[in-house]
Amino acid sequence: MSALDVSNLRVALNPAGHEIVSDVTFSVEHGEVVGLVGESGSGKTTVALALLGHAKRGTRIAGGSVRIDGAEMLGKTAAEVRAARGSRISYVPQDPAAALNPALTLGTQLREVIDAHRQAATSREALDRIRETLREVKLPTDAPFLGRYPHQLSGGQQQRVCIAMAFLLRPPVIVLDEPTTGLDVTTQAHVLETVRELCGEHDVAAVYVSHDLAVVSSLAQHVLVMYAGRIIETGPVDRLFTRPGHPYTRRLVEAIPDIAARLALEAIPGHVPPPGRRPAGCVFAPRCAVALPSCSDAEPSLVELEPNHSVACFRVAEVASVDLKLSVLADTAVAETEPVLVVRGLSAFHGERQVVHEASLELSPGECLAIVGESGSGKTTLSRAIMGLHVPRSGDVVYAGDVLSAGVRKRSARSRRGLQYIFQSPYNALNPRRTIGEIVGLPIEHFFGLRGRATDERVHDALERVSLPPAIAAAYPDELSGGERQRVAVARALACEPSVLICDEITSALDVSVQAAIIKLLDDLRQHDGLAIVFVTHNLALVRTIADRVMVLSAGRVVESGLTPSVIGDPKHPYTRDLIADTPTLAGLTTVPGARAET
Amino acid sequence: MSTAEVIAETRGPVAGRRRLRTLRRSLRYGRVRVGVVLLGLVVLVALIGPLVAPHDPDAVIGLPASAPSGQFPLGTDYLGHDVLSRVLWGGRSVLWMAFSAATLGVALGAAVGLLAAYAGSIADDLLMRGMDVILAFPQIVFVLLFVSLLGPKLGLIVVLVAVAWVPQVARVVRGITSDVVQREYVESAELIGLSRWRILTREVLPNVTTPLMVEYGLRLTWSIALIAAISFLGFGIQPPNADWGLMINENRNILTLQPWPILAPAVCIGVFAIATNLIAEGIGRAIAGVDREGAVR
Repeated sequence: MSALDVSNLRVALNPAGHEIVSDVTFSVEHGEVVGLVGESGSGKTTVALALLGHAKRGTRIAGGSVRIDGAEMLGKTAAEVRAARGSRISYVPQDPAAALNPALTLGTQLREVIDAHRQAATSREALDRIRETLREVKLPTDAPFLGRYPHQLSGGQQQRVCIAMAFLLRPPVIVLDEPTTGLDVTTQAHVLETVRELCGEHDVAAVYVSHDLAVVSSLAQHVLVMYAGRIIETGPVDRLFTRPGHPYTRRLVEAIPDIAARLALEAIPGHVPPPGRRPAGCVFAPRCAVALPSCSDAEPSLVELEPNHSVACFRVAEVASVDLKLSVLADTAVAETEPVLVVRGLSAFHGERQVVHEASLELSPGECLAIVGESGSGKTTLSRAIMGLHVPRSGDVVYAGDVLSAGVRKRSARSRRGLQYIFQSPYNALNPRRTIGEIVGLPIEHFFGLRGRATDERVHDALERVSLPPAIAAAYPDELSGGERQRVAVARALACEPSVLICDEITSALDVSVQAAIIKLLDDLRQHDGLAIVFVTHNLALVRTIADRVMVLSAGRVVESGLTPSVIGDPKHPYTRDLIADTPTLAGLTTVPGARAET
Repeated sequence: MSTAEVIAETRGPVAGRRRLRTLRRSLRYGRVRVGVVLLGLVVLVALIGPLVAPHDPDAVIGLPASAPSGQFPLGTDYLGHDVLSRVLWGGRSVLWMAFSAATLGVALGAAVGLLAAYAGSIADDLLMRGMDVILAFPQIVFVLLFVSLLGPKLGLIVVLVAVAWVPQVARVVRGITSDVVQREYVESAELIGLSRWRILTREVLPNVTTPLMVEYGLRLTWSIALIAAISFLGFGIQPPNADWGLMINENRNILTLQPWPILAPAVCIGVFAIATNLIAEGIGRAIAGVDREGAVR
C-alpha cells in the first residue's frame, strides 16, 4: 500500500465552478520524495493544500480522494481532519517567518503540536521528543534555545524549526511547499540535505512542491510536472529532465540556466491560462510549437512512454524522439574600450555598520558584470549606492568622466538619464494608478521635453524594443503578468536612452520561462546597442549565462572577481567554491547527448 | 497565439475605467445601496424641501404644541410653527455646513499627512506633534472655545469643525503615504530627478485617494453629528431660523406633549449620518477586497 494515494483530485473556484485543479492522480511510496513542479498558476500549491484537506478561501475541493496509508482525508468532519493534520500528514510552509507565531517561544510552539494530539504522556517525554527532533534538523536542543522567539533566528533556522514541527509526530506523509524559496543557496543546500536525511531515516513519504526544477532534481526520485491545473508529465527524475516527453517540460528544461555552461535560454511564448479561460482540448496547445489543429479537439490523457514515465500529449512519440535543444554559446570577449562607469573604493554604511567595504569596479560599453552574493552580502546596497539611492557612503562613482554626488537629487540630468536602474520586484516598481503609456512616457517627457504625439511614438518604440505590443500602453500594471511588468520596467529604463543598466535581481520574482525571455532581451540590448549592464543576483547559473565578468561579494567585501568562465570554472576563494558547490543543477544535464555547441 | 493576442485575452473589460472601479465594486454591497438611497432622500428633503413646504417656517400659524392634524401633518412646535415646514427648511444649513467642513478638513488633513510622510525627519515630527496639540482638545470643546470667543458665525463653525478633523485625517493619510513613498515607483521617479511636488501629486496622491474617500465619508458623518450638536447647544444657527439641531433644543420642554418637533429632525440627522457611514464602510470594504486580490499590494 502506498503512503499517499491521490486519485482524481479536483479543486474548483467558488461560486463559478471553474476547475483550478483537474483530475490529479498520483501516489507516493514510503521513503520516497516526489517533486511537484510547475510555474505560477499551475495549481501546485492548491494540490499541496488539498492533500491536507484544505482549500483556500473562495475555492473548494470538488471531488476525488486523498488516502494516507489507506485512510481517506477528504469529506471528513473538521475534528477528524484536525486530528489527521500533524499526526498523519504535515505541512512545511513557504515562508517560515509568517508561519511561526512571533509572540510564542519555539519551545511552546513545538509543545503545542504534541499537546494538540495528546501524543506524550508526560512533559518529560514531550521534551525528549522535541530535543530528538531538533537534533535531527541540526538545531541546538538546550533550554535557552527553546526559550527563544522566532525573530531571534535566521531564516534558515526558522525553516528548520518548521521542518522539526512537521516531523515531530513522525507522520507518514509530509508536504513541503517551496520551503527553500526565501533562502540563499548555501542555506538552501543545508536544508535540502536535512530533508533528504529525515525522509530516508523515518521512511516518510514527501511531496516537495517547487518551481525550481534544479532543486527538485537534487532531492526527488520522481517528478510530477503540472501545467494549468493538470499533471502533464510524470516520471523518474533522471529520465524526466534528460528525455522529457511533453513539449512543455522540454521548453521548461531548455529555459533553465546551468552553471556548467553558457546556454542560450529559450522562453515559452504566451501565458498560463487562468481557470475559466483554459482552452478546450490540450491546455498547452495554444503555446505549443508542435501542436496540430487536432490537439484542440480532445484532452490528452497520461499515456505510458516507458515504464514509470507517463506523458499527456498526443504527439509524445515524435516529441520524445527528438533530442533536447540545449545550445551552448561560446563566451564572447569584450573589446577593451574606455569604461563608461567606474567605481573606486566605494564603502556604504547602514547607520554605524559598514555594509560595503571598498568595492571597486569598471564597466565598458557592451559589457555585462554580475555582482553575486548571498542575502546580506551587501550587493543590493552596493548597486543602490552607485545609483545614489543609498546616500551614506564614501568613495567615487564616475560616470562617463563625471564624478557623481552621493545623493541622486544632486546629480546632473545627464547621469540620471544615462544610468538606469531596474528594481527586483516588478509588482512594486510600476505605479498601479498610471497606465503603461504614462509610466513609460514620464522619463521621455522629463528628459526630452516631448509632449503628446511625439511622446506616444517614443513610448511605442520603447515597448517594441522589449517585444510588447503598443496596445499595452492603455493598460494598467495590474492587468499584466509579472514578466510583462518587468519588461515595462526595462522599457521605461530604455526610454531614457541609457548607457548603463543596473539590474537588481530582476528575475528572482519571475518563472524560469519568463526569466529566459528577460535574459535574452538584455543580452540582445547589450550586443546590438552596446548597453553596459550590471546584473545583481544570487543565482550563479544565471551568471554563467549572461555575464562576461563576475564579482563575488561576501559580507560586504569583494572576495573574488574576474572573467565568468574562469571564476566559475576555477574558483580561487573558498567562499566562491562553496557558492558553486551549493548551486543546484539539473541532474544529469551534463550527460545530455543533445548538448552540443551551437551559436 | 501571438503575444498581442495573449495580452488582449488577459486584459479584462476594466481597462481605462479603472478610477471608478472601487466605487462600482462598492455598489455591489447591499449596505452601500441602502446608504446611497438614504443619503439621496435626506439631500432631496433638504434641497427641495423649501420649495414644497406648505407654510412659512418662521410664521406662528397655530396653537403651540398641537398634535398632528390635517392642516399640520406633523403638528406645531412650542411657538406654534408648522413642524413639517420647519423640517423641510431646516436641513439646508446642516447639510452645507457638514459637507464643507468635511471637504475642507479632509483636504487640509491630506495635505498635512502627505507632506509629513514624504518630507520625513524634522518636518514630519513638527507637523505631527502640532496635530497632537489639536487632538488634545475634545472636538466639541475646541469648537465651542473659539465660537464663544469669536461669536456664532456659521463660516467660523465650518472652519473650526474642519480644523478639528485635520489631525485625524492627517494621521490616516500619513500612515498610508509613508508606506507608498517607500514603494519602488516613487524611488524610480526620484531616480530620473522628478520634482518633489510632481512626485507627490503624480506618483503618491493617486495611490491614497481611495482610502481618503473612506475617511471623507467618516468625517462627513462626524461633521453632521458635531454641527447638529453645536446647533442644539445654541451656538449655530440662531432662532427663529429653522434648523434640525436647533429644533431639538427648542422643543425639549414639550417633548411629552408633542414629540414630533424633536423626532422628525432627529430622524433626519440620524438617517443622514447612518447613510454616509454605510457608504464609507462599503467603500472601505471594497478597497480591502482590491487588496486581497493583489491589485494594490
